[in-house]
Amino acid sequence: MIQLQYCLLLAAALFCIGIYGLITSRNAVRVLMSIEILLNAVNLNLMAFSNFTDPAEIKGQIFTVFVITVAAAEAAVGLAIILAIYRNRNTIDMEQFNLLKW
Amino acid sequence: MNLAQGVQLVSFAILALMTLGAALGVVLLSNIVYSAFLLGGVFISISGIYILLNADFVAAAQILIYVGAVNVLILFAIMLVNKREDFPAVNSGSWSRKGATALVCFGLFALLGTMVLVTPWSLDLSGAIANTVLTIGQHFFSDFLLPFELASILLLIAMVGAIILARRDFIPEKSSKAETETPVLTLPERPRTLASVGSSNKED
Repeated sequence: MIQLQYCLLLAAALFCIGIYGLITSRNAVRVLMSIEILLNAVNLNLMAFSNFTDPAEIKGQIFTVFVITVAAAEAAVGLAIILAIYRNRNTIDMEQFNLLKW
Repeated sequence: MNLAQGVQLVSFAILALMTLGAALGVVLLSNIVYSAFLLGGVFISISGIYILLNADFVAAAQILIYVGAVNVLILFAIMLVNKREDFPAVNSGSWSRKGATALVCFGLFALLGTMVLVTPWSLDLSGAIANTVLTIGQHFFSDFLLPFELASILLLIAMVGAIILARRDFIPEKSSKAETETPVLTLPERPRTLASVGSSNKED
């Protein structure tokens, strides 16, 4: 029998792994992958709460579908931005994306 | 604990191990292509956990959207920016950065884990409903109708914005004597002046 706590602990571990990758990555595409991992951890939380505290009307699954929609839009726009930056600066190193630094 | 609960627990343990291992591989491996394929493994494992949590529709949507669209999009982006570069080392120590980040992430995990284990959750053990697709559809077209329509508009805006951002600038004018010469099979693209890479970060 799966407990609620197992799912929440798994989601917390996945979230921390995503944050570690988000901060330490040099490659811009890997940063986007870390953001996808973060959104999946949040989705796992929503699904666990939907199953264990609200099994009659599953509103957590509705929220998960919306988060998946926003994640798909974010991936498309983010990868387009990375392509535009790559054409301008000819690198995907996060340390050299300092266009907005003064 | 009967047989079904034991099978559920073992399946959850295997899926959790697959998820965490693949996520660690995404973050830690140096080859970006391996990371992209392991990201697909993360998505499929999380979809299996959704099935264990009685959510068949969202599991199918997870596989369709994440593995079928987002992961393929990431692979396309990796191939389009296919440049094997060794990132130049930053001047302060990178190991101290990674150590500090790992410490902060582990602290966050300890905090979240303590919160999860201490909080008395108000569980509702009335059992899962049989047809989740029916319930999700009723929610979408009754009390979540406005967010549903807004999500469709958001997707349209994101698609148009992604096309505009990733489009190259074409030169529309065409010289008359170019017709007689041999056609050069290149994209008519304006040559871009590269911004000065790495010249402005010398001072810090």
